[in-house]
Amino acid sequence: MESEDDFNSARSTDDEMMDDVESGYSDDDFDDLEIGEEEGFDAHDKITATQKQSYEVEFKVWTPKDIDEAQLRLINEVKDVLGQSPEATAILLRYSRWNREKLIEQYMDNQAAVLEGAGLGESNSTEARVQTLTGFTCDICCDDTSPMTTFAIKCGHRFCIDCYKTYVNAKVTDEAEAARIKCPADQCNRIVDNKSMELLVPDNLTDRYHELLVRTYVDDLENLKWCPAPNCEFAIQCKVKAKELKKVVPTVHCDCGHDFCFGCAYNDHLPAPCDLVKKWVKKCEDDSETANWISANTKECPKCASTIEKNGGCNHMTCRKCKHEFCWMCMGVWSEHGTSWYNCNRFEEKSGTEARDAQAKSRQSLERYLHYYNRYANHEQSAKLDKDIYVKTEKKMTQLQNHAQLSWIEVQFLDSASKALQRCRQTLKWTYAFAFYLERNNLTEIFEDNQKDLEMAVENLSELFEKPTDQLEKMKVEMMDKTAYCNKRRIILLNDTADNLRKSRHAFWSNDLGA
Amino acid sequence: MASSFAVKRLQRELIKLQAQTPPGITLISANDFSEWHLDIRVLDDTNPLYTNQTYRLRFTFSATYPIEPPEVVFLTRAPNGADPPVLNDYPVPMHPHVYSNGIICLDLLDKQAWSPVHNVESVCISLQSMLTGNRKNERPPNDADFVRSNMRRPRDISFLFHDEKV
Repeated sequence: MESEDDFNSARSTDDEMMDDVESGYSDDDFDDLEIGEEEGFDAHDKITATQKQSYEVEFKVWTPKDIDEAQLRLINEVKDVLGQSPEATAILLRYSRWNREKLIEQYMDNQAAVLEGAGLGESNSTEARVQTLTGFTCDICCDDTSPMTTFAIKCGHRFCIDCYKTYVNAKVTDEAEAARIKCPADQCNRIVDNKSMELLVPDNLTDRYHELLVRTYVDDLENLKWCPAPNCEFAIQCKVKAKELKKVVPTVHCDCGHDFCFGCAYNDHLPAPCDLVKKWVKKCEDDSETANWISANTKECPKCASTIEKNGGCNHMTCRKCKHEFCWMCMGVWSEHGTSWYNCNRFEEKSGTEARDAQAKSRQSLERYLHYYNRYANHEQSAKLDKDIYVKTEKKMTQLQNHAQLSWIEVQFLDSASKALQRCRQTLKWTYAFAFYLERNNLTEIFEDNQKDLEMAVENLSELFEKPTDQLEKMKVEMMDKTAYCNKRRIILLNDTADNLRKSRHAFWSNDLGA
Repeated sequence: MASSFAVKRLQRELIKLQAQTPPGITLISANDFSEWHLDIRVLDDTNPLYTNQTYRLRFTFSATYPIEPPEVVFLTRAPNGADPPVLNDYPVPMHPHVYSNGIICLDLLDKQAWSPVHNVESVCISLQSMLTGNRKNERPPNDADFVRSNMRRPRDISFLFHDEKV
């Protein structure tokens, strides 16, 4: 099984990866490592599979088992240094957000303070956890039945065991807490340790509890992130730091099939950097565009400044609010128009010039935005249609297999074509957001040429793709060629932009007027 | 509303409150185990802000009480009162953490700081002392906006406990 092989080969490099997690990376090994996963399953991408492209980043997919093992290994290493039990070490590591160096240093500096802070302080009694007592009143349920089974962690705040269980249960289910649940007593910061938790958490919740514990490990480490796809249990390790995001677009590919940006967890948005994506998405969602529309389609009454949309009729405007009469064309006072009603020839008059200038500018900026937005939205829409196409492809593949007596492997070219289309449209979509913010310089033309080439390649393939099933077989070679060409154009475009980003050769508008 | 767990606990609290309440605290109604009303007064006569005033508190208990905190607000009008309801049947005490619609911003009533060992009586005492210690005759800084726009219940609001001193 292919995934089995992947797993094994990934395991062999685990030790290296662990070191990386703990001590950070050196830039030297960045380029040495190669990436095969991105294109690995795609037969037509063989050319690209062997070497790492400059737009690709180094990353590794962690299975839940990997995460578990990495935690255990770290705990085992640290427990010997600190001379603590594995449970206590786990608490200490979670307390220090899995930063081994920081923990050891602080522990050596001031052991008592670290233990106290992590909720492991030795200051209080260490009586047995479960005790059956007579004459005891539980402060939570106020019950005083004798004898009563009670429970306390090291701080000695004792409650009846049912209340303790209910409390822990509520924390795990309602608040998704696991590693940092505090003693129920008021103002007590002692954390309920792992062993006590195992005793208190009901059987039907142990899985959830362990899942939450594992989560802290990924949540706390900067170079690990959960794959955002629904129900995906994998985490991705990538060393691209937040401060590098202006120069790199770290797109990673999870084993579940989801492509996303490691920097912002948004869907694959190559080639646009994260901050542009954020700005663009906000701009498109924002009602700032409503304001833009208003300024392009309406004028303000020159006297009372009420916003007026002219939706028909003549140029003689009477403001409903202040009854001011003016000319829609020149914005000048109507009475000055003399008898030249309904035909304003006063264009050179100064009274209207300024208002018109403001209008023109706003209209220009809106049109520029719409130019990019329409193309962006078009590819987004087409990408959505790709989902339908994919379903159709599968149907076509089955049809071809029956119809033309082709084997499963011989119809895979349709699957490759469909995947290439989806991926390229995703990229094209973001090139328009990218271009919207791109400041014009010598490189812009190259970028636009690349964009045009990719767009043409995609549209050609797309056209071919929609042909009826009986013609598809004859076009197999042509389709494979065009698929390969699309993928190649995409890689060229992405490599080019990635190189320029890395070397800061692209300049972007700081405002979004593009003027 | 409340679970048997909560009911058991509330029964015991009620027996205790009916027998005796601390000075300045009066149990008004506890007809069921989901909503209780209590009155509190500030006993310190040297604090001019709250002299001779009685404030009515409404406690609402969920099924998870006392694991989760009760919802506690100052009532502004009597339930099932006059129709149309008269605004401010009851005064809401002036305090930088109490909004004029009666919503209280107190970390004790938030999930994070709440402890199941707290109870109705201890919450009343905490609120009493919160008022007693305050000399500022003011509302929270964003009171007007908050009161106008807030449609949520106190438990769903994440307060920022920015000022621990008051």
